[in-house]
Amino acid sequence: MTGQTRRRRAARSDKIFDGLNLLIMLFVITVTLYPFLNVLAISLNDSNDTVKGGIHIWPRAFTLENYDTIFAFQGLITGFRNSVLRTVIGTILGLLSGSMLAYTLSRKDFIARRFVSIFLALTMYFSAGLIPFFILIRNLGMMNSFWVYVLPGLVSAFNVFVIRSFVDGLPYSLQESAKLDGANDFRIYWSIVLPLCKPVLATIALFLAVGQWNTWFDTYLFNSNNANLTTLQFELMKILQSTTSGNEAQIRGQNLLEMQSKVSPESIKMAITMIVTVPILLVYPFLQRYFIKGMTLGAVKS
Amino acid sequence: MKVVRTIRDQKYLLLMSFPFVIWVFVFSYFPLWGWITAFQKYRFGRSLFDQQWVGLKYFQELFHDDLFYQVLRNTIAMSVMGLIAGFTVPILFAVLLNELKGSLFKRAVQTISYLPHFVSWVVVAGLITKMLSINGGIVNELLMSLHIIDSPINFMAKGEWFWGIVTLSDLWKETGWNSIIFLAVMMGIDPEMYEAAKVDGASRIRQIWHITLPGIRPTFSVLLILSIGHLISTGFEKQFLLGNHLVIEYSQVLDLYALNYGIGMNRYSFGTAVGIFNSAVAIVLLLIANGLFKRYTKESVI
Repeated sequence: MTGQTRRRRAARSDKIFDGLNLLIMLFVITVTLYPFLNVLAISLNDSNDTVKGGIHIWPRAFTLENYDTIFAFQGLITGFRNSVLRTVIGTILGLLSGSMLAYTLSRKDFIARRFVSIFLALTMYFSAGLIPFFILIRNLGMMNSFWVYVLPGLVSAFNVFVIRSFVDGLPYSLQESAKLDGANDFRIYWSIVLPLCKPVLATIALFLAVGQWNTWFDTYLFNSNNANLTTLQFELMKILQSTTSGNEAQIRGQNLLEMQSKVSPESIKMAITMIVTVPILLVYPFLQRYFIKGMTLGAVKS
Repeated sequence: MKVVRTIRDQKYLLLMSFPFVIWVFVFSYFPLWGWITAFQKYRFGRSLFDQQWVGLKYFQELFHDDLFYQVLRNTIAMSVMGLIAGFTVPILFAVLLNELKGSLFKRAVQTISYLPHFVSWVVVAGLITKMLSINGGIVNELLMSLHIIDSPINFMAKGEWFWGIVTLSDLWKETGWNSIIFLAVMMGIDPEMYEAAKVDGASRIRQIWHITLPGIRPTFSVLLILSIGHLISTGFEKQFLLGNHLVIEYSQVLDLYALNYGIGMNRYSFGTAVGIFNSAVAIVLLLIANGLFKRYTKESVI
């Protein structure tokens, strides 16, 4: 076989490959997006009409009634407030602690650098487990409090190392000249290093905010008896569980559903699902450039 | 004294790191102390020194519990399925993405594929349940219209489907995200290698086989070993949210078992024993995987 025929044959197989690849990608897009579009359509469709079936990606009888109904429910308002609060507070505190630790670890002359690095790194490899953690929180008196949402996970070793590898890449000369001007280490961190870290902080902020927004388990474990401390994800979890399983969440979830006689549970579920999903949809595409960099950086380092 | 002077010079660095070191100690290291409770008859309100010692009683109970073996089977089955699928599919997806020519289309596919990663498991469980439902779920609708089945299958109520549903849900959620790192490594491969292969008349599939896949091998090995270490600590969110009492024989995993026995029934010591077993197995698996890796590549990951 001459080189030319081999290349011609390869070109033909490449065309088939490209065609198949395109089909696979279209399939991936459809499978990923359909569930979201379906939920959106049902959440905007009249509840009685939905029961007839056949709603796919477009509402048949458009209405905002489902959303009106869920916003009349106190648990969701409280949940929304707490979810926003924990996301904002948790993200800010996480960014501050992570960047501060990262800065100290990036200073090669820092006396405790090795100790702090190892002390932090070890936490990525072990965990005491659920029950000892539960006992700790209970003994610290953090049950039934908002702070259990933000304080225990305040320091994340992974985040610290991602930020540090970014700081390591910054030119040291800037810090040195500030030092000559008499700035102390905190000032150098605050007014020189921190502003330069914006790209990596955007990534970490996304990770932290998504983590906070999406968590339901701490509410379930520590605050499930306190209606004032509920979160959106926990409320959604109760409603979803109420139709699929027979645990205690069923009883509590059912209360909400019975209150809403006009609108079917199905439509309520879909509307709440949209409410918890939309904020994320609005944010993550704009941070894509940053988080891809952050992910690769973190993975290469660890 | 030199050390004293260094400490004074670096007081800001120390002040910026040590509060967090204490933090990490309290929330990550201190709970390890709670492992002692596995050997005690733990009661709240007493210090660990005042508890009654029972030796290995709870471990014996654990190993004599038939349910434990069922739970262990479920954990291992879902972990192994998740591990195999969680590596092959993202790599395949990254390879296909890497071969896409149009950069706009490529970016669109990427952005869409990351979407489910940012959505909570609560939402994903809701979406999956909806797609698989017998009342108008798209999966049953499609299978019916293609005459593959005559009547809708109630997927969520059949234990034998559960492991597959969990694995597929995980794939749906994380394939795009997990492909990021592989794609980044692929983009770092020298383009001249592809040029040379093209001149030799190699088709795209041959290029993938001989250039792309060998190029990601080191990354693949490191990530694989790290995941083997986490094999049986895959979490319980999916199982908690997708499971129900009809499929509990297949859905209960070690963490859920610890949760139900430990906190649900106030058997803290028993729950802690389950957690310790979990950690011990994880460490042994990690060491075995690392040992095998070392034998074949003369390198160590940990």
